[in-house]
Amino acid sequence: MEKQIQIHQISEFLKDGMTIAIGGFMGCGNAHNIIDEILKSNVKNLTLIATDTARDGYGIGRLIDDRRITKLLASHIGTNKETQKQVIEGFIDLELVPQGTLAERIRASAAGLGGVLTQTGLGTEVQDGKEVITIDGKDYILELPIKIDLAFILAQKADEAGNLIFNGATRNFNVPMAGAAKVTIAEVEEIVKNGELDPNFIHTPFIYINHIIKA
Amino acid sequence: MEAKQIIAARVAQEFKNGDFVNLGIGLPTLAVDYISKDIHINLHSENGFAGVWDKANEDNIDKDVVDAGGTNVVLQKGGIFFDSVTSFEIIRGGHLDMTVLGALEVDEEGNLANWKIPGKLLPGMGGAMDLVNGAKKVIISMVHTARGNPKILKKCTLPLTGKGVVDMIITEMGVFEFINNKLHLTQLSKGVSLEEIKALTPASYIVALKD
Repeated sequence: MEKQIQIHQISEFLKDGMTIAIGGFMGCGNAHNIIDEILKSNVKNLTLIATDTARDGYGIGRLIDDRRITKLLASHIGTNKETQKQVIEGFIDLELVPQGTLAERIRASAAGLGGVLTQTGLGTEVQDGKEVITIDGKDYILELPIKIDLAFILAQKADEAGNLIFNGATRNFNVPMAGAAKVTIAEVEEIVKNGELDPNFIHTPFIYINHIIKA
Repeated sequence: MEAKQIIAARVAQEFKNGDFVNLGIGLPTLAVDYISKDIHINLHSENGFAGVWDKANEDNIDKDVVDAGGTNVVLQKGGIFFDSVTSFEIIRGGHLDMTVLGALEVDEEGNLANWKIPGKLLPGMGGAMDLVNGAKKVIISMVHTARGNPKILKKCTLPLTGKGVVDMIITEMGVFEFINNKLHLTQLSKGVSLEEIKALTPASYIVALKD
């Protein structure tokens, strides 16, 4: 398949029961057009990795509204009542992950690390069932990488090779998710020819990006 | 002044020129309105920027810039953007001078609960667990009681956000500080007596009022 694909080809990548990651924060930096395509498909029973589920009817929240997500790893769902409702009724199996730990567990996957050691969550429910390792007299929780099948990210600009530049606060989880999945697809506003982006200001290198979509 | 204004104004007195500070959503963020004009501080928004920012208006709105509460904002000149890994390296690596957070409960051991009420409220911890473990100073800003029920307890009853992490508690009634791991009442608000604050504070504390 070509590096540059069309938005309708998203359905070819989707399989029931797979683990997807979607970048963004409160909908800012969500790949909104790709979310539209997921909703057009029949895919279901997805595991979703995202820092939050935005709000009802917006961004990632629409996948929740349409009951496509049955397992969720997120740091915050307080802004989405529908997510909370589906968790309480048992439709969604939720694992709340501290936001920095979520970022690092995703990065660990991209970086080929066996895990990360952190003090975040010590003495809380987050520590339950996890190994605690002591280094130089300090305790750390061992947090494991998150395995992701498919990551959907949003950038402002790409070149044909897939090098990316982001705008404003949209880098958030889009940057660490690139490269953390078996396949990463970037939705971008603009695609320019190779060589047109200043190599000093590339945020994400092409090697992390399998496909780009102009949308 | 209303309770929240009293708290916000007192929180702002903790800021020093050049501080790099993360403020939680809601009451902690109100402190921005009371920052002294004589100092410049950098604020940190965990979704990926730092500096000083304003609410966006129709003319300058950029859909790609929202604060940690999801409100469209505009970063002033001198501000910087970064991704979530960098953002949480700043938080977890001890680079933040201070974080100000709200609380459901705090206790005399410096434990904090602010992310979950089992069976009732399930917002999630967001970045709070990272902030309380990473920031050099953790300040809790909150109203002293919730519907008349005390929030500064002997022991937290709700699931913890962090263990032994709190450095200071600022309420409309006064200021508490952890000094050598012991809770001290260091300031009483105008018109509040020692007896009144004691009646609403089950935690054990040492009275050590400054000036």
